[in-house]
Amino acid sequence: MGLNSGGLALLVTLVLALMGAVVLGVAVGSVPIPPGEVLDTVLRGLSGNLREEDVIIWDIRLPRVVMAVLVGACLSVCGGAFQGVFRNPLADPYLLGVASGAAVGATAGLLLDLPRGLIPLLAMLTALGAVAVTLLLGRSGRRYPPTRLILAGVVVGSFLSAVTTFLIMRGEDRAREVLAYTLGDLSFASWADIAQVLPYALLGCGALLALGRALDLLQLGDLTAASLGLPVEKLRLLVIVAASLATAAAVSYTGIIGFVGLIVPHTVRLIWGPSYRTLLPISALAGGLLLVLADLLARTTPLYQVGIVTTLLGGPFFLYLLRRVRV
Amino acid sequence: MSQTFAAQGLNAYAGDAHAVQDVSVSFAAGQLSAVIGPNGAGKSTLLRAMLGLTPPHSGAVELLGQPLAAWTRTERARQLAYLAQTEALPLDAQVRDIVALGRGAGEWKWGLFPVRPWSEEDEAAVLDAMTRTDTLAFAERRISELSGGEAQRAALARALAARPHFLILDEPTNHLDLAYALDVMRYLRAEVDRGVGVIAVLHDLNLAARADHLVLLHGGRVLAAGTPAQVLTPQNLQAAYGVRVEVVQAGERLVIVPVE
Ligand SMILES: Nc1ncnc2c1ncn2[C@@H]1O[C@H](COP(=O)(O)OP(=O)(O)OP(=O)(O)O)[C@@H](O)[C@H]1O
Ligand SMILES: [Mg+2]
Repeated sequence: MGLNSGGLALLVTLVLALMGAVVLGVAVGSVPIPPGEVLDTVLRGLSGNLREEDVIIWDIRLPRVVMAVLVGACLSVCGGAFQGVFRNPLADPYLLGVASGAAVGATAGLLLDLPRGLIPLLAMLTALGAVAVTLLLGRSGRRYPPTRLILAGVVVGSFLSAVTTFLIMRGEDRAREVLAYTLGDLSFASWADIAQVLPYALLGCGALLALGRALDLLQLGDLTAASLGLPVEKLRLLVIVAASLATAAAVSYTGIIGFVGLIVPHTVRLIWGPSYRTLLPISALAGGLLLVLADLLARTTPLYQVGIVTTLLGGPFFLYLLRRVRV
Repeated sequence: MSQTFAAQGLNAYAGDAHAVQDVSVSFAAGQLSAVIGPNGAGKSTLLRAMLGLTPPHSGAVELLGQPLAAWTRTERARQLAYLAQTEALPLDAQVRDIVALGRGAGEWKWGLFPVRPWSEEDEAAVLDAMTRTDTLAFAERRISELSGGEAQRAALARALAARPHFLILDEPTNHLDLAYALDVMRYLRAEVDRGVGVIAVLHDLNLAARADHLVLLHGGRVLAAGTPAQVLTPQNLQAAYGVRVEVVQAGERLVIVPVE
């Protein structure tokens, strides 16, 4: 195992591209800022010597870009891990209903005029609740067969989407506000939000990254993996819990950003190969890069929201991938 | 310490079917054992139950004289390598990486997080397994770029890489032409010569005739067990398969010919 020199060169390119995109993401805006000044400000911020005029960069633009990296990485790692644990190339982090769960909570919270700060917490609660219901429905004895889980996820997801639609219809004058919230938006990201998401992201994605080799073994099939000493059911449950925690936190604070968790791991698999030991960490980098760029596009074009950009461009890109590769 | 992998009064279910009924068998290290019997006789279920992959309903399984439950998951995996009847290898993975997965039975924290880094012993075992199965030539190729027979050899190399005490193979010669099937038998015999106990489900009775020890299953029960000469009789085979056969001595080996 390991990357060949071509793969290594591409990896270095990816890291540089991510750093460049972060600087670019901060620099571009209604008032363009030279990249050098961006770097100076970040250094001042990190050493605790911020000046008054640094506020725009440090408190408005930078959190948005950092949140994009964080959420992009999260969704991509979780999507990759789900594709591995369900051995299904169409799996994404929303497979078990986490996104529709978050949407119900956020919609209800907005329509009930809860304080803004409470809404993500409520969304996270309903998101995790949805996954818990999926697990209960998909369970068979003490096992969680992948096909049953996927079907249960579809059922829970469509049920909750119907509930959300119903709620929106009832509060129709506020449909725009609700849609904007649930469709995936990074424009309000703050350091406080990042501090809320970060623990779940680190815990969830950290566990997934450490499970790379176990996921590789699982690709041989449940029986063979079990014969190699892998506790298959325990692995499946752990991946689901870890990925759901990280994804629930991400979508509750930024809305449902589509397609990233599906496309990024696929693209990484094409370039760097199928081993989850490389696929997951590289997906984190690539997902961060993709979301920073998508958000840049959302800000500078009339597409408004990052969730619209990823879904709009993600579909055609995915079709292109499918045509190029025999899945 | 008895060098066997054995079951006593084993009962096991496949779904709702009572597929293994009161089976007692013993497989020795340093022997090539073949499990034979018609489709649905319970061969795969027997192997799975003995490996602890489906919980046995009742009965005892012993590995090297110790109850299977006394072995930890990791130790058990290190002693027993298993090749399933339908092992679907991930198509986009390289042969070398697949074989390396066979070393998965290392030390794991909670069975999930590897705690031992990849070692030279691992590397040597992988290389050795590929050499012995003639898969080194396509080590860098992807599974999707192999023929069925080549993929089967890669799967066998994956099992060998664990350097197990017992090698348990469910139809390793499935889909293989005559030459490939004989190659696999040669690889297995080489393992036996190194002291490994090989247990293989075989459908081709003429390949099974090359084994040291045979177990003939029928309807979930052992119909006969022993040397090829004891098991491969026209009476036994008629009872198991419902087909009249002639058993001919050809040199040192028996040849089975259906006569209808
Ligand atoms: N999931 C299941 N549900 C119900 N019955 C099953 C299930 N799996 C297997 N069986 C039955 O259990 C019996 C034993 O099956 P098993 O797979 O062990 O047979 P086998 O000897 O390996 O057959 P083959 O040579 O076809 O591989 C068969 O009669 C089969 O129909
Ligand atoms: Mg079978």
